[in-house]
Amino acid sequence: MPQRTDIETVLIIGAGPIVIGQACEFDYSGVQACKALKQAGYRIVLVNSNPATIMTDPEFADATYVEPLTCEFLRKIIDIERPDALLPTVGGQTALNLAVELAEAGILQEFCVELIGAGLEAMRIAEDREQFKQAITKYGLESPRSYISDSLVEARKHAKELDFPIFIRPSFTLGGSGAGTVFTPEEFDSKVSWGLSESPVHSVLVEESLIGWKEFELEVMRDGADNFVVVCSIENLDAMGVHTGDSITVAPAQTLTDKELQRLRNQARLVMRAVGVETGGSNVQFAVHPDTGRVVVIEMNPRVSRSSALASKATGFPIAKWAALVAVGYNLDELTNDITQRTVAAFEPSIDYVVVKIPRWAFEKFSGVSAELGPQMKSVGEAMSIGRTFKAALQKGIRSLEIGRAGWGPLENDHPETLSDAELAEVLHVPNRDRLYGVYSALGRGWEIGRICELTHFDPWFVDQLAQIHAFATSLTSLDDHTLRQAKRLGCSDLQIAELVNLNANRTGQEALTEANVRALRGAADIHPTFHQVDTCAAEFQAVTPYLYSSYDVGDEALPNDLPKIIILGGGPNRIGQGIEFDYCCVHASFALQELHYETIMVNCNPETVSTDYDTSSRLYFEPLTHEDVLHIVEREASTGKLAGVIVQFGGQTPLNLAADLEKSGVQILGTSPSSIDLAEDRFRFGSLLERLDIPAPAHGVAHNVEEALLVIEEIGYPVVVRPSYVLGGRAMAIVHEEAELQDYMEKAALVSPKHPVFVDQFLENAVEVDVDAICDGERVVIGGIMQHIEKAGVHSGDSACVLPPNDIKPEVMDILRRSTHVLGTALQVRGLMNIQYAIKDDKVFVIEVNPRASRTVPFVSKATGVPLAKIAAKVIAGESLESQGLTSEPPLEGFFVKEAVLPWKKFYGFDTLLGPEMRSTGEVMGHAKSFGHAFAKSQAQAGSALPSEGGILITVGDHDKVGAVELAREFHRLDFSLYATQGTARALTSAGIPVQEVRKAREDGCNVLDAMRAGSIGLIVNTPYTNRSQNDGTRIRALATRLSIPLITTMPAARAALDGIESMLDHEADVRSLQDYSAPVLV
Amino acid sequence: MNRNPAYLVLSDGTVFPGMAFGAETTVVGEVVFNTCLTGYQEVITDPSYHGQMVCMTTPHIGNTGINREDQESAGPQITALLVREISHVVSSWRAHRALPEWLQEHGVPGISDIDTRLLTRQIREHGVLHAALCTDSSKTPAALQALASQWPGLEGLDLVKEVTCSKPYFWETGTARDWSPGDQQGSPAGWVPTDTDDRPLVVAFDYGIKFNILRRLTSHGMRVQVVPAHTSAAEATALNPDGFFLSNGPGDPSALPDATETVRELIQGDTPIFGICLGHQIIARALGADTFKMKFGHHGGNQPVSSVAQGHVEITSQNHNYSVGFQELPANVEVTHWNLNDETVEGLRLTDKPVFCVQYHPEASPGPHDADALFAQFGADVRKHRLERRMQSGNSSED
Ligand SMILES: Nc1ncnc2c1ncn2[C@@H]1O[C@H](COP(=O)(O)OP(=O)(O)O)[C@@H](O)[C@H]1O
Ligand SMILES: Nc1ncnc2c1ncn2[C@@H]1O[C@H](COP(=O)(O)OP(=O)(O)O)[C@@H](O)[C@H]1O
Ligand SMILES: [Mg+2]
Ligand SMILES: [Mg+2]
Repeated sequence: MPQRTDIETVLIIGAGPIVIGQACEFDYSGVQACKALKQAGYRIVLVNSNPATIMTDPEFADATYVEPLTCEFLRKIIDIERPDALLPTVGGQTALNLAVELAEAGILQEFCVELIGAGLEAMRIAEDREQFKQAITKYGLESPRSYISDSLVEARKHAKELDFPIFIRPSFTLGGSGAGTVFTPEEFDSKVSWGLSESPVHSVLVEESLIGWKEFELEVMRDGADNFVVVCSIENLDAMGVHTGDSITVAPAQTLTDKELQRLRNQARLVMRAVGVETGGSNVQFAVHPDTGRVVVIEMNPRVSRSSALASKATGFPIAKWAALVAVGYNLDELTNDITQRTVAAFEPSIDYVVVKIPRWAFEKFSGVSAELGPQMKSVGEAMSIGRTFKAALQKGIRSLEIGRAGWGPLENDHPETLSDAELAEVLHVPNRDRLYGVYSALGRGWEIGRICELTHFDPWFVDQLAQIHAFATSLTSLDDHTLRQAKRLGCSDLQIAELVNLNANRTGQEALTEANVRALRGAADIHPTFHQVDTCAAEFQAVTPYLYSSYDVGDEALPNDLPKIIILGGGPNRIGQGIEFDYCCVHASFALQELHYETIMVNCNPETVSTDYDTSSRLYFEPLTHEDVLHIVEREASTGKLAGVIVQFGGQTPLNLAADLEKSGVQILGTSPSSIDLAEDRFRFGSLLERLDIPAPAHGVAHNVEEALLVIEEIGYPVVVRPSYVLGGRAMAIVHEEAELQDYMEKAALVSPKHPVFVDQFLENAVEVDVDAICDGERVVIGGIMQHIEKAGVHSGDSACVLPPNDIKPEVMDILRRSTHVLGTALQVRGLMNIQYAIKDDKVFVIEVNPRASRTVPFVSKATGVPLAKIAAKVIAGESLESQGLTSEPPLEGFFVKEAVLPWKKFYGFDTLLGPEMRSTGEVMGHAKSFGHAFAKSQAQAGSALPSEGGILITVGDHDKVGAVELAREFHRLDFSLYATQGTARALTSAGIPVQEVRKAREDGCNVLDAMRAGSIGLIVNTPYTNRSQNDGTRIRALATRLSIPLITTMPAARAALDGIESMLDHEADVRSLQDYSAPVLV
Repeated sequence: MNRNPAYLVLSDGTVFPGMAFGAETTVVGEVVFNTCLTGYQEVITDPSYHGQMVCMTTPHIGNTGINREDQESAGPQITALLVREISHVVSSWRAHRALPEWLQEHGVPGISDIDTRLLTRQIREHGVLHAALCTDSSKTPAALQALASQWPGLEGLDLVKEVTCSKPYFWETGTARDWSPGDQQGSPAGWVPTDTDDRPLVVAFDYGIKFNILRRLTSHGMRVQVVPAHTSAAEATALNPDGFFLSNGPGDPSALPDATETVRELIQGDTPIFGICLGHQIIARALGADTFKMKFGHHGGNQPVSSVAQGHVEITSQNHNYSVGFQELPANVEVTHWNLNDETVEGLRLTDKPVFCVQYHPEASPGPHDADALFAQFGADVRKHRLERRMQSGNSSED
């Protein structure tokens, strides 16, 4: 059937802020859906609270709402825009859940909005495990045996039906929290009780454990004519028990025969039918018993997912795009395969390479939290790699992760202390992020493959593959041409080869090989990578889309052309501190340079991104972002045509770190020069520059050990900020108040970055922090936006909320900020973007740091001002002046824009939720309104902690905040909130004459503070850290608030902003407004 | 493991150096590529590949070893196996052998570590290639090139006689429940008891028949007697079947005038006929249509075929180098299926008789099970025909 003509306007819901389990893959899918439907002639209304997305760029929809993803706000938008249909399947679980809510609240019916892509019933069945089980059982499919239990007694009864281990899943928890495996009867009671308490409906599923079974996923599509295709099969290297998002996964499946794979295919088709998904893409997960082949269906997602983004990148089959088109009536055989331009979408991709995805975790930022992997996803990003073989792809994947590994190697590379055999066995047996490297160590100790398989539950085929790499790596002592070629075909990097030879042949000092030596040897032996196309069809048809990966084969297909071209380096895997914002900037750079008729060449290895969509840039290299890999691409592309150079300033710290070496290797770096980058990043050089420019900075020094640090502190005084050099996201940064803390810190800091010393800065207490984004073209420095942080300096800029424009900075201070920015931009000879962080203390402006690159806030500022900063900067880099682009002054703003950070506390129970100089947030939202209060209130709703308009507020603050708390409480009281407080705070309030109900300390019996929270009468908590005495109480309050999802505010400035927000909302409801509706000038 | 070097040399002189596995020998043949992601065992044992060296585009081959169930004939049929990576380790609960040792036992050589994508692209550009492979270091690349370029090729050769059975036999087993296609309600489709004797009889001409066709016919409730390819129409009719099946097989259909003549005679009658692949081409030729050699054929499990009647797409398994032209089709012949990639004919039927055939492989193996309904359709034709015959013979005995 061709497209439906009875629909005019389609509403698309995005996934909201980046959180663990829902990352930029939904920007990628959303962009595809918007583009496809817009091109098909529909009017698109888009709602997404995440400003850092490409999809919320005004040109991708007809009306774009960066508004809270709640029923209340959606109703307002639907009322204004009157869409005919709602497509809920491209915005992750967030969009699906919201669609269900809208349907159940009668809003869709009220406005006659039809659900397309997935029906209400299908969404419900897929989400409810019990209904899902019933539905598929009707079709003869197996699910794990399981029983719902409302009590421990009942659970015990059911457990008798099952063998240990037993899998426990609390009902209706988010993202599998509280799920776990019970291995012995002894731990049954405690784990079940905990599960029951985790579940909001006090029930758990007691389930047959499938731990150790092989886990597979099928990405499938169906259209209205019942055409059905499997886009990709994915095999998890980590067996059942580890969430697929935390598993190393391989596509296509490697250890199934055709009979077995077709059985999964048939079952996936039945699952779609059973759930009732009539059109669109779905993900179906299976467990297969390794010894009997018994197949059990685990779950299905009736929407595009993280895995479908991976499958799209792995095969070249654009699942989201085609899912959107089949939702409006197209059949797959009516759609053309963009990559071949001659075949149709109704086919199953065949691939002639192996794809490996490896997650990246951030446990180091949550010290004290268990780093075990299990059924709940914890990774914050992932790298995908493509190789002709599993071995090559795996090694590429490892170096793509940027975890300091040049390839696969032993555990000991990160853990200087040697593990005992028993400890190593534990590393292999209990899933964790080091396990893959533990296998290398185990092979090194001569452990049998069989034993390794038994411990890890890895399939023997994979362990054999690993053993092949290991055998080669440990026998590598010299480099004849043949051996060198073999090493490259195994995916070894030059650096890894050098390290291996040095280790195996005991070469040290002068003797030691370097990466450059290996590179030279390769040159002499004429060993170069070949590039191959990702073509959906294993070379059966000619592909027209240059989507490439490297290998060491014979037939190169890169075919660079003669156009003027520019390479843009992407940001690699998402991590805390470097995420979607940088991908956004890379994509913009690519679009802008294409407008200038450059051929743009994107290099990236993050499968979730828009930058790695095959039609974002003129050419795409899906490759690791290392010196060696980038150099290969530069060489290949420079072989014909005119390569203007490489842009490093949009992908975050990753490409910036490559700049100096690339330049040394003769690569032209476009934009701010590597020496300017160094000037900004080298604390010494930068410090003297500031002195010369007479711009204040916190007093600072540098130390290689405790003694040196103490000397520095003697001069500048406590408290100080300490940090290792050259790191992003405030990694391992701490505020130190006394010598004991310093000792403690210096011990740990050694691990962070051994080559670099520690910086010691005077900590500016109670200072207001400001972020400034600016563009310089050599002539002029133009500020894009000045953002005032809500939290005080000391809370990482990435974790702090901020407001654009500032709501209470004095005009004369604003002038200083502007002037300093101009001076710095000029002095650093910035070409392109720069970001400066300032701290204002007693009206004096200090520079905290300058980042000579795009920053996290660029998309936010661009959305707020309507000025596409990254695009303009890209054109500046290509030689267009700011003036010629019409940007000569700071863009005006209408109203207030508040950015709020979203933190992953729920995934890391046990970690105290206080904010600090180390960044921990995964994403952000933007609230905008005429008044600051409304904008702030919206931002809180978007971040998932909507401010209450009535009810109880608990205030429990440290001594130094007592005065502020009194003021705050008075206002809340005036607004008719009932106040609760713990002893000290209560006393302060009472003596100020404010009525308050005192609650006892957490450790005291009777109605203590925790009971009060559980009772449900508290809608907001203001809790700032206490002095050490009662620290523990605060920790427990914050942990419970996280678990019960009670909005929690941990700083006084944020509390005051919340008050402002509540007051505004009580005055009148916030209205909604599309970005297109703003009158701000949209340049370019 | 120490493995011999091996050379694959194309007739144009391109040399692919690699590593040997399987038998140590020298062979010459036609090179085709297959894009199936799984199912190398089925491919290797498919008699339609007789005389061909098969290049698998999937890089890792041999991972799941060889098992007893997934055979499409008694042993390997291919001339040689060309792969990027061969696995000596087996991971599968069903396997009993590793692929390389099994190939060695059956005298089939293989080469690994070659750029299979480059080879595939060359075939895509130049069409099916002739090549020689040496795995025992006995020949130089130059000698291999000479062998390859002197080799006359398969065109016009009757390969069927090399793979057909020598005498008739009955086939008894259906598809195991676990591997059944399954219908839309989830019950294993056509999984019917095979022990009843009151089943219609189908005589299957063996041009190189795949076992899975026999399993599917059986599972759809038919009793199957397999007969050699050269069986005459009279001999076949004398077996008193309720249906004829014409199988897949290797090579050029134009080299089979006798079989074509036999089929022409069978079509004269009113017994239902179903043909697959070579069987389809023979039916087409018997009906007066032409067949031609394609540039590099279809070999894979992902070919989209549109069904004219149903208006939907089946993802099909295919393996053929020849195709039926649609210009000279007689008036009573209707094209039922088209290939969506290159618009070649994928299925035909007679409008006035229960005769139909498809170019692709509804028995899959390897590949998706989308087209299994064709066996059900044939089963229905056959049962209907038997009923009519019984009614007629009932009537005539009353006369
Ligand atoms: N019965 C079970 N036994 C062991 N592990 C399981 C079981 N069910 C699920 N898992 C593991 O938990 C992970 C998450 O479960 P899943 O049902 O897919 O939830 P989610 O919706 O969070 O993806 C799976 O990827 C799998 O590894
Ligand atoms: N001297 C200081 N006084 C007060 N706060 C500071 C100081 N230095 C850094 N900070 C805080 O630490 C955060 C992170 O420091 P920054 O230098 O910006 O590191 P990063 O490179 O990780 O962004 C800042 O956002 C600020 O809140
Ligand atoms: Mg899952
Ligand atoms: Mg910073």
